[in-house]
Amino acid sequence: MNVVVCVKQIPDPAAPQSLEPGTNTLDRSGKLILDDSDAYGVEMALQLVDTAGGGEVILVSMAPNGESGGLRTALAMGAARAVLVSDPALKGTDALGTAKVLAAAIRTVEYDLILAATESTDGYTGTTPVQLAELLGLPSVTFAKSVAVDGSTVRVERQTEAGFDEVTSPLPAVVTVTAGVVEPRYPSFKGIMAAKSKPVDQHTVADLGLDGQVGVAGARQEIVEVAAAEARSAGEIVVDEGDGAQRIVQFLESVKVI
Amino acid sequence: MSVAKIWVVAEPSASGITTTSLELLTAARELADSVEAISWGPNTQANAATLGEYGASVVHDAGDLAGKLPGVPVAAAIAALVASAGAPDAILVPTSYDGRDIAGRLSAKLDRPVLTNITGLSGAAGLVTEHQVFGGAQVVTARFTGDGPGIYVIRAKSFAAESAGGAAATVTALAPVETGSTGSATIQTSHVEERTGPALDEAAVVVSGGRGLGEAAGYELIEELARLLNGAAGASRAIVDAGWVPYSHQVGQTGKTVKPTVYLACGISGATQHMVGMKGSKNIVAVNKDADAPIFTIADLGIVGDVHKVLPALIDALKSRPA
Repeated sequence: MNVVVCVKQIPDPAAPQSLEPGTNTLDRSGKLILDDSDAYGVEMALQLVDTAGGGEVILVSMAPNGESGGLRTALAMGAARAVLVSDPALKGTDALGTAKVLAAAIRTVEYDLILAATESTDGYTGTTPVQLAELLGLPSVTFAKSVAVDGSTVRVERQTEAGFDEVTSPLPAVVTVTAGVVEPRYPSFKGIMAAKSKPVDQHTVADLGLDGQVGVAGARQEIVEVAAAEARSAGEIVVDEGDGAQRIVQFLESVKVI
Repeated sequence: MSVAKIWVVAEPSASGITTTSLELLTAARELADSVEAISWGPNTQANAATLGEYGASVVHDAGDLAGKLPGVPVAAAIAALVASAGAPDAILVPTSYDGRDIAGRLSAKLDRPVLTNITGLSGAAGLVTEHQVFGGAQVVTARFTGDGPGIYVIRAKSFAAESAGGAAATVTALAPVETGSTGSATIQTSHVEERTGPALDEAAVVVSGGRGLGEAAGYELIEELARLLNGAAGASRAIVDAGWVPYSHQVGQTGKTVKPTVYLACGISGATQHMVGMKGSKNIVAVNKDADAPIFTIADLGIVGDVHKVLPALIDALKSRPA
């Protein structure tokens, strides 16, 4: 069984983030790393392929600048290879444009199941996997907290407002996984060394026939303005000297919830 | 009015129509001359009164989906309606599990972009959206530049739901669209996780816990405190991911948006992902041992201290108060 995992390389979320002047898109010019949210899909895919007793995990990703450092992290975890669409024309691409690029890249490989995170950590639009499924004509199950493959069916526990639903879908399908669906492994030293020589197939936008559908122009939306949010007025910060609980009680009384 | 016609995806709930859908109807009727709803499920006829009351003149009913996940069939029915009746200026969709599926499917079907995580809509020149970025530190306004309809996915509690006292909406049935295997993901069984006390997104007091509780057992302090304050117990993404509490407790970008009278954040550092979900609370109290935790930048009262000392003392103090 081959499992495709859509992964994104993002600026380190722990570092300060900013918008680029001019385009107001997120500044992604620095070093990019594998989005933490994607490590769960990679791990899930590795486990599913292992359970199936054969096949491989294939990463699919896009980046404007040829960056592959984040992909190497996922390859080091055990993915077999990667398909990377890399092209300066991709800068400013929106969620639908991203889905078009990923769909075209995925059409170059054989697969039974496509996994993705529910949303990326940096852009969190949260619609790309479903847009991808629609473009490929596949069923989708989002917000999976567990995933099992049973012959040609995928069984998913899908989060709901009230708890979860058990959902089944025929394969191939797109499934988005939540953080916590599995515990991602740390790449081993052997894995890190092996990842250096694993294949990363690169495509351009023109290769995939998507000229004009990506980038800022393809997004068909614009940022009108960026402004600082109305700041909350500074509160009172006190160090607990044994009176912390009492301070909270007084506060709760002052706002009349007790 | 800013635009002529808006369609609102009105998501059915166990007891009617979700509150977020009613918030969207309220916003839509301020912006458009004509507001129509799209809904589904077995109870659309019964829900027509509520939908009309909040501003929809018509509800287009995609019907009982017989256990199929709504994303594919509802998006297909909306796309067919666009083809037969013409496109509205905007389609508003609530941020929810099924809402995001419908919006994504529809976007690809109509080849129209989506704007998501919207927290405000205004009608200056066409529709302009508001989004909070970097944990709510900045507000971005945006708009579509191409042909409509724009697809707008709007977060819960971005608007207040207010009845307009309208008459019941006229129900029109949408013809089912054959979607083949694409639409075949099916719910086999539903599991409801028991919760006591008020709902997280409706409670006047929310007590949330994070990593600072140290271990899963520490969450008992949060639950007891929530019970004593007649509030709801929430959680940061970190402890949900760690498996300490179910996802339904999560407050933040990927969880619930809450705006209680008091939000008590215990052992939560205040990652941007969390702040987006609770920054709109009327009052914020934070307890954290790290004086530099970002949560203190938005707290009305911040206690720099150990949750394992402050919370038990608070529980004792609340228990000893005269009833």
